[in-house]
Amino acid sequence: MKILVCISNVPDTTTKIKLTADKTAIDLANVQWIINPWDELALTRALELKEASAGKITKVSVISVGNQSAEPTIRKALAIGADDAFRVNAEAKDAYFAAFQIAEAVKTEAYDIILCGIESSDYNGSAFGGMLAEFMDHPSVSSVSNFEFAGEVVKVNREIPGGYEVVEPALPFVAIVQKGIAKEPRIPSMRGIMMARQKPLKVVEAAPAEAMTEFVAFEPPQPKAACKMVDPANVAELVELLHKEAKII
Amino acid sequence: MSVLIYTENFDGKFKKTTFETVSYGAEIAHQMGTTAIALSLGSVADNELLTLGNYGASKVLKVNDARFSNLDNQAFAAVIAQAVEKEGANVVIMSGSNIAKAVAPRVSVKLKAGLVFAVSGLPKNLSPFTVPKKVFHGKAFADVVIKSPVKIISLAQNSFGVKENRQTAVIEAFDAKIDDAAFKTKVTSVEKSTGKIILTDAEIIVSGGRGMKSADNWKPLEELAGILGAATACSRPVSDEGWRPHSEHVGQTGKIIAPNLYIACGISGAIQHLAGVSSSKVIVAINSDKEAPIFSAADYGIIGDAQKVLPELIGAFKKFKAEN
Ligand SMILES: Cc1cc2nc3c(=O)[nH]c(=O)nc-3n(C[C@H](O)[C@H](O)[C@H](O)COP(=O)(O)OP(=O)(O)OC[C@H]3O[C@@H](n4cnc5c(N)ncnc54)[C@H](O)[C@@H]3O)c2cc1C
Repeated sequence: MKILVCISNVPDTTTKIKLTADKTAIDLANVQWIINPWDELALTRALELKEASAGKITKVSVISVGNQSAEPTIRKALAIGADDAFRVNAEAKDAYFAAFQIAEAVKTEAYDIILCGIESSDYNGSAFGGMLAEFMDHPSVSSVSNFEFAGEVVKVNREIPGGYEVVEPALPFVAIVQKGIAKEPRIPSMRGIMMARQKPLKVVEAAPAEAMTEFVAFEPPQPKAACKMVDPANVAELVELLHKEAKII
Repeated sequence: MSVLIYTENFDGKFKKTTFETVSYGAEIAHQMGTTAIALSLGSVADNELLTLGNYGASKVLKVNDARFSNLDNQAFAAVIAQAVEKEGANVVIMSGSNIAKAVAPRVSVKLKAGLVFAVSGLPKNLSPFTVPKKVFHGKAFADVVIKSPVKIISLAQNSFGVKENRQTAVIEAFDAKIDDAAFKTKVTSVEKSTGKIILTDAEIIVSGGRGMKSADNWKPLEELAGILGAATACSRPVSDEGWRPHSEHVGQTGKIIAPNLYIACGISGAIQHLAGVSSSKVIVAINSDKEAPIFSAADYGIIGDAQKVLPELIGAFKKFKAEN
């Protein structure tokens, strides 16, 4: 059995977002790049499953759509423990484009389980995993917060308002994962970093495809009015303000 | 030409988010000079379906088929795509919920229709079709153009509001073509707490951070939530410590919420925390450190020890509730 984890290369979550002078793009100079946090958790869970599988899971691969500059992030995934990697050599213009590229790149590879994060922390699209599943004609389960095997059967927890459902998908399938899927993301060890240099990273050329959407302009958020301070000795004033000024109670 | 709105039901009932999605879709239909058609999958009674007319739907397509009582992403997407084609819809509207996250991307691929998730308001332009959206968890706003003939947009929760717009909706049964074999996922059990206010539905949320110091100190916070009819939430370290359940964790890696009022007690306001709560209409912060970054995100602040301020607040809100 083989697992594929899709990873997205995103700016560090603490990055200050600056716009280019013409406001048509985010200024990405001097940005620190990381593995999208949910994708990192997905990779961590994939490795745990492989280790617990007594040899049944033979391989965990990672794939990303991006140009050469995404390679350090892909190498990090190898250092964390993935066995091999693919990079589709193209700028990921939008989720539709990226999902199409990955579906094309792996269509002859027969992965049994594909994991992706529920959202990318940059453009917050929440679209990639479902699109990939549809391009591949695989079933998908989204909002997955736990992933287990019960013998041959996969059981995942899907978050619903107020709780969760246990879902059994037919394989191959795509799991779109969120918080809970793994406790803490794995950190690469020294040995992992050394080994990552030797692991295969295959570059695949992009297939011809168009993006469906385009970001054309950006604005910084409206500056917020200063916080009104209320004296802790007179909290009734807060209640009054919420009632009369903010009109929300 | 028409606007098709996918309406989620929860055990046969619609919620506020569904009415907000319909209100939004009806307004776009109005701008385009066309009609708003709602689509409902699963077992929903006709009198419930008719309520969609109150928010501007002039027709409700129903697929009253019990197979749709559990979500199967592939089967749902297939039927939604069929309905879009039948109605010749060129704009498809969904909510910003987990169900929309599961289904909308699949509909997008089926119809070769561009999708923008969590749109924050009405289209800025119908041609080229341009919608606003927050990116980098609220650190910037973007305008996104959808280039395909059919457009799919999901509305970020609480960003448009429920707007009444009474129409007399006609209900039409839609005979979707879908084999049993198309359902490739099976729900084997459900764990759901009943009676608790669900975080993503709540109008008011009272939340605690590491500054609450221990799990035991949550009593006043829960009492305040009870008085306000609020849900409780927490920052990530709090759920990591096991002081509160993981389902209460809000922020970039937890739940993204957009209540009318968010009360943050002993939360520093880290950027990853704010990413999940900054869409709240009003934020109140209680923190002992006047330099805490939460005060730059908050509308109202109290500098003080949460353990002392909370009992005072409970008293003040009780008094207010008794008088109003
Ligand atoms: C990739 C990534 C993702 C993350 N995702 C999330 C996320 O989704 N959600 C999230 O919350 N965090 C997230 N974090 C963690 C985040 O960076 C912060 O560490 C976290 O939000 C801090 O939680 P806190 O405010 O409860 O604790 P602290 O930062 O420790 O703040 C405690 C606050 O309580 C105040 N305080 C102390 N005593 C009192 C008292 N008696 N009365 C009143 N106030 C008091 C202090 O002044 C302080 O401001 C993420 C981090 C990373 C790296």
